[in-house]
Amino acid sequence: MINWMKFKWLYFLISAIVIIPVLISLVMFGLKPSIDFTGGTLLEYRFSQEINLQEISNVLQEKDYEVYSVQASEEKTYLLRMPALEKEKALEVKNLLAERFGGESQEIRFEVVGPTLGRELLVKMIVAIVLAAGFILGYVAWRFKNTKFGVCAILAMFHDTLVILGSFSLLGYFFGVEVDTLFVTAVLTILSFSVHDTVVVYDRIRESQKLFPKASLESLVNKAVTETLSRSLNNSLTIIFMLIALLLLGGVTIKWFVAALLIGTVSGTYSSTFNAAPLLVLWESLSQRRKK
Amino acid sequence: MKKRRFLVWLLVALTLGSLYVDLPSKIHFKFDFSFGKNQLNWLKMDKEVSRPALSWSIGKYRFFRDLEIKKGIDLAGGTHLVFQAEMGTITSENRQAAIDAAKDNIEKRVNLFGVAEPLIQTSKVGDDYRLIVELAGVTDVNQAIDLIGQTAQLDFRELSQEATQAATFADFQPTGLTGKDLKRSEVKFDPNSGEPQVGLEFNSEGAQKFAEITSRNVGKPVAIFLDEFPVTAPNVQEAITSGEAVISGDFLLEEAKQLSIQLNAGALPVPIKLIEQRNIGATLGAESVQKSVQAGFIGLLMVIIFMAAYYGSLGLLADVALVIYGLLTLALYKLIPVTLTLPGIAGFILSIGMAVDANILIFERMKEEFRSGKPRLMAIELAFGRAWDSIRDANVCTLLACFILFNPFNWSFLNVSGMVRGFALTLGLGVALSLFTGIVVTRTLIRTFYRKEKIKA
Repeated sequence: MINWMKFKWLYFLISAIVIIPVLISLVMFGLKPSIDFTGGTLLEYRFSQEINLQEISNVLQEKDYEVYSVQASEEKTYLLRMPALEKEKALEVKNLLAERFGGESQEIRFEVVGPTLGRELLVKMIVAIVLAAGFILGYVAWRFKNTKFGVCAILAMFHDTLVILGSFSLLGYFFGVEVDTLFVTAVLTILSFSVHDTVVVYDRIRESQKLFPKASLESLVNKAVTETLSRSLNNSLTIIFMLIALLLLGGVTIKWFVAALLIGTVSGTYSSTFNAAPLLVLWESLSQRRKK
Repeated sequence: MKKRRFLVWLLVALTLGSLYVDLPSKIHFKFDFSFGKNQLNWLKMDKEVSRPALSWSIGKYRFFRDLEIKKGIDLAGGTHLVFQAEMGTITSENRQAAIDAAKDNIEKRVNLFGVAEPLIQTSKVGDDYRLIVELAGVTDVNQAIDLIGQTAQLDFRELSQEATQAATFADFQPTGLTGKDLKRSEVKFDPNSGEPQVGLEFNSEGAQKFAEITSRNVGKPVAIFLDEFPVTAPNVQEAITSGEAVISGDFLLEEAKQLSIQLNAGALPVPIKLIEQRNIGATLGAESVQKSVQAGFIGLLMVIIFMAAYYGSLGLLADVALVIYGLLTLALYKLIPVTLTLPGIAGFILSIGMAVDANILIFERMKEEFRSGKPRLMAIELAFGRAWDSIRDANVCTLLACFILFNPFNWSFLNVSGMVRGFALTLGLGVALSLFTGIVVTRTLIRTFYRKEKIKA
């Protein structure tokens, strides 16, 4: 049997190499909230020709409209971010652009969110995450009736949350990727996925504990990792297949949602085997050292 | 043995049933294999086959499904509007009635606008009352917003003196008594017969006007119009001076409620303000659907190949179960019906990836049991039993997360968003169904086919 746990510090190191930079980014740059949370206007237009980005904002600023950003989203298609606009103002913006850039302009998306609504959503989303984490914590505690298992599973879950939040902080800083309702949905899904993977490994450890009560925890963990690794990899692979297909071929509007799920799935798979399991061993050895 | 044969037939029936539901409702067969002079007419076909919609009614309960996939506004194009009700002038005990009335009134206007299956919900967050309106396929959104945003106008009308017996609603003249004079309306019950009635309560000015109107119209109808449309035209039996009236008739309770809601729309008019708007053009949705479906197929193919390559004939059986899973899920979407959004499709595609998890857990367990020297068939049966704990634990957390995201009880401290709900619903349904296909279907398939194969070999 492979002695997986011999290399536990290597696993933690790999996690640290990923987590430290994204954590720094998270602290320094934070996340880029979308209008879902801040309120504001999002406009997407398709024109019959390519247009200079600066020109679009110039046209609007001439008329005293505040423009946060203009981005090219697809061919001849532009994404504008502005403060929350009243209905009449929004119509003016549309006409202004149509007049200036002429041809066939097509409204692809138009979203306005009032500022109070955004703040409210933020609170609700935090409640959802706390609630989900609480429920999962409760379930793990009930299933394993052991703080050691519970805490380690939650630590692994925390690891995945940091990875996904941090990578979106980096993506936001470098590519202007925003965090919206769907992102929070992805985070919640990953929380459950991470625990689901960990539970399978832990189930194995507990099963062998009953069969070989005298064996050391380290050897039991090694056994469980050996037994579950191919399952864990295979299952994640099938999920990753689907997500990659969706990321590369699927619609634009859910691209970052799928990306968040993908990052979370990879991190969740890694953390279950290479964080949650070795953490148990580390805990055990630390508590034994203290006893001595 | 009998039980297994029953299961096999049940699965065949389920699969064929869902295949029937999954197919598009109209299929056009057109081919022509006839050649030369020897025309073989039976090789020629040009025929459209269409599937009837499901429609049953048992007593009052009616079940109707046209078996089409319902597309959310992000796929069909359309608009999502959130209005905030300005309740300033309305006392707190009347607010719920006011928002219900506003909702009902907006429903009517939207129906006039000719929108297919509009979604109109009310929500209460803290002290704020809101209306959420989703309209699919609307091109002139601003016109729709204006129409919805109007405040309801209620007025009472009487017949002119010259009107004959054959008078129509067009012959009614305004009386000057309007929704402003009406305090509120509610359902009451006749103290003698217990029949439901609709009660009207006027303010002092309204009571005076109403007294005048009723005294000059005894024996004649007085009509109530909402936004220029007649709501009801009861006959005045006697002059009413108290400012409190009841409309009686052979109302069912539901009818009385409906009428009182309509009257409240005028009595408790709430101005509404647009606070959120999301328009999605139809092209974006159509492109996304096509791309996502394509992505789904390619992903599915990869999973199928992977399973077959890694687990051999067992993997193939799991693939059959996976295809059955796909068919069943799609059929469920049409039967429930699930409104499919783009995140919903992502949830479905993700669930395909997760659906084989149960199989992978079982197969890995099988390999172990083989290794420990158990006979093949016994190992298979053991694996199904022993993998169950892990399978259950693994899925409970996902179902839990789906529950929170879907927020089935509309808890006000959680978000209600069509997009997120779409994802939670398809993922949750997928996980639940995959437990069935991953365990029951695969086991039945293995017991039926795998055993025979081994005996032959």
